[in-house]
Amino acid sequence: MPYLALENIRKAYGPAVAVDRLDLGVEKGEFISLLGPSGCGKTTTLQMIAGFVEPTQGAIALDGIDLSRLAPEKRGLGIVFQSYALFPHMTVAANVAFGLEMRRVGKAEIRQRVEQALAMVGLADKGGRYPRQMSGGQQQRVALARALVIRPAILLLDEPLSNLDAKQREEMQLELRQIQRQSGTTTVLVTHDQQEALALSDRIVVMNQGRVEQIGSPFDVYERPGSAFVATFLGRTNTFSAEPTPRGLAVAGHVMMPGERPATISIRPEKVDFTTDGDGLPGRVLTRVFQGNHWLLHVETPGGLCLVIRPNDGRPLPGEGETVVLAFRARDASLSLAGSTP
Amino acid sequence: MNAQARQGWLLVAPATLLFVGIVATPLAMTLLLSFNGWSSTQGIVPTLTVQNYAEILSDSFFAEIFLRTLRIALWVTLICVLIGAPEAYILRRMREPWRSSFILVVIGPLLVSVVARTLGWALLLGGNGLIPLALHRLGLTSSPVSLMFTETGVVIALVHVLVPFMVLSVWASLARMDPATERAAQSLGASQITIFLRIVLPQAMPGILSGGIIVFSLAASAFATPAIIGGRRLKVASTLAYDEFLNTLNWPLGAAIAVLLLVGIVAIVVGWNRFIERRYSQVFAS
Amino acid sequence: MRNGPLALVFHAAFVVFLLAPMVLVCLVAFTPEGFLSIPTTRFSLRWFERIAQYPDFIAAFRTSLFVATAASLIAVLFAVPAALAIARYRFTGREALNAFFMAPLMIPHLVLGIAFLRFYSLLGISGTMAGLIIGHVVVVFPFAMRMVLAAATGMDKRIEDAATALGADRITTYRRIVIPLIIPGMASGFALAFIQSFDEVTMTVFIASATTTTLPVRMFTYIQDSIDPLICAVSALLILFTVLAMLVIDRFYGLQRLFIGEDKS
Repeated sequence: MPYLALENIRKAYGPAVAVDRLDLGVEKGEFISLLGPSGCGKTTTLQMIAGFVEPTQGAIALDGIDLSRLAPEKRGLGIVFQSYALFPHMTVAANVAFGLEMRRVGKAEIRQRVEQALAMVGLADKGGRYPRQMSGGQQQRVALARALVIRPAILLLDEPLSNLDAKQREEMQLELRQIQRQSGTTTVLVTHDQQEALALSDRIVVMNQGRVEQIGSPFDVYERPGSAFVATFLGRTNTFSAEPTPRGLAVAGHVMMPGERPATISIRPEKVDFTTDGDGLPGRVLTRVFQGNHWLLHVETPGGLCLVIRPNDGRPLPGEGETVVLAFRARDASLSLAGSTP
Repeated sequence: MNAQARQGWLLVAPATLLFVGIVATPLAMTLLLSFNGWSSTQGIVPTLTVQNYAEILSDSFFAEIFLRTLRIALWVTLICVLIGAPEAYILRRMREPWRSSFILVVIGPLLVSVVARTLGWALLLGGNGLIPLALHRLGLTSSPVSLMFTETGVVIALVHVLVPFMVLSVWASLARMDPATERAAQSLGASQITIFLRIVLPQAMPGILSGGIIVFSLAASAFATPAIIGGRRLKVASTLAYDEFLNTLNWPLGAAIAVLLLVGIVAIVVGWNRFIERRYSQVFAS
Repeated sequence: MRNGPLALVFHAAFVVFLLAPMVLVCLVAFTPEGFLSIPTTRFSLRWFERIAQYPDFIAAFRTSLFVATAASLIAVLFAVPAALAIARYRFTGREALNAFFMAPLMIPHLVLGIAFLRFYSLLGISGTMAGLIIGHVVVVFPFAMRMVLAAATGMDKRIEDAATALGADRITTYRRIVIPLIIPGMASGFALAFIQSFDEVTMTVFIASATTTTLPVRMFTYIQDSIDPLICAVSALLILFTVLAMLVIDRFYGLQRLFIGEDKS
């Protein structure tokens, strides 16, 4: 039995269903991300684990104990909120100490553990400050220290990095990952940022419209998307409708890969290459944009517009207006059969 | 009822009970009182009659007073819009620290007792006051004419008492305005006047209209200012009701006057609100 | 954008219009003469000294302070739970209740005065201090409510969730988190309520008795009899008192915030 188990969870607000038929097991020490667009039910799921929202149906168990009968304040979970929800009228140290006070930890131990927690997030000398005197990144660290200092059974992170700028976010990701590994705390992260989920998680749960689309390691979910939704939501993807011919599946009459039934081909832009020999999809380069470590090309083909990403590795690339032939390896593409809903 | 609703109701219960007990009940009793009879020998006669209302609605003496109240309130509202809205816009365009200091000057009078402020106007408007003397010096009047006990005097003093509400209301509207819209209009070649009329004024309109509601309803029900400036000679609805209560002691008639005043104000305010909501809900939603 | 010369002339005229009556009252208060006049040669304090001979004004001032303090305190105490419920719980009738609590703003004070006069005379408590305070609680409640409600709504609901998640029960959450966070709202609600109560005339005229007269009402009845330098001196002191209070509030809280809310511009 997994450490945290969600069984057949459903949450409905009147006729609106926020989460439906959700089954999820999280192992001890694991870092798992709930990823999906806004309104997909990921935050509701987190709120149900925390106890702020009651499931309409289904069971949540932690280490074999049913959580549903436990009030939120008895669950012993650490939560980092999107807005951080720091207590504005308390100093940083008092914020971090609050959970320990609630647990009636002795004064001396509180001081020591608060110091440790603040040192862990790199704010050892900022304990006397008030939250509003700190930057967004620092507030976020305080929130993390406050959640971790109580040694929670699970750490719940609700879009914790969404209010930071790109550079801070990248730093914080590395740090979060390191702190989580060090403390070994089982962690559930809610995010709409695929890059964040890919970078941090052991496993990703992709959600859409209240349902789980796919659960798997970041690599699996990215490389072998289980549905068209996952393919388009995670990373960018090109889709072509293909018809069967005696020689294989063809896009606009050009055979691209083996196959016998009409299907939609999904192929990541970085898996599309230019070819000079053999079959392929002819096209014309519309735009070519330099992005630093890679190039982004829009190619107009008879099967529709195709996005191509090529590394900036010194190889010559076609210029705007040049005609090219596009090809990809069959194993890099994923097929969904025409007529079947993704 | 779920737990949330139960806790919610539990928390609002004290204030609700207080309000039902000491606001709703007395108001209901006043309404009832306005239907009681009265005689100078017996005082209040506990019968149910529409006699008080019939008397007010048929007597031209009362009609004149209610019309005067309405006329004064409308003039006060109009003048407050005409001077309050531009002042709010001017304040908005000021730089710090001027802006903060002059906002204090505008808000400050709101805190000063209405009686003290109206006393100032009694000094200014009286026969030896500065305004009649100034009008005389300018040759506008052949001799200094006191503005005490005149509608003009009451309107001037009420504008002074109420114009801060208009400035604050328009200010709040203007604060929501994106200042870039003015610069955008300027970059498109609009003159200052065009910017004010076409860009600023429409965005300030909700503030002008809601400020108008506040000023109108306070002007129509104002008591201390018309009582001091208008005196016994120039009655308005509120001073009339006061006289019936504390001088004539005909409480039922006074109550009927108060009820009519309240109904009139509420009807105008609600109608006005509807108009604003219909006109502006699309533009200023969310 | 800058104001043009025409705008500045208009602004100057507006400011003169706003301040002239109050400045005039203060000037006349210093007249050495026995009649209404603006002091031209010298300032005299004789009319301020005369106030001491009218103990009513001093008693009325004390009554005003007491009534305003009591009524504002009671109003804030009732407003806190109601504002918390309206800001943070979803229940049917929530919107209607809020409108109900704001209703005294819409009801003319004249009507309230008449209603209380009738109510108290039937209950046999006319002219009592208790009656006066209850009336003032009603008048100032919307102001107290508005400020506390603004503080309660402005509070991030997640802050409470955070306290709960850290193991705080309901009572601890209220004591340690919610109440400390709305204390500024309570203080400003009290200040606004106090000002409203202290200046109230129209309703109080109906329910005050000879022994429970407030300062504005005493001034009002005096003015109805006669206007002389004495009443100007009393008004001048009241204006001075108000200006001092205003500066204190502005220093600690900001008048702009009190009357307009947070300045977003």
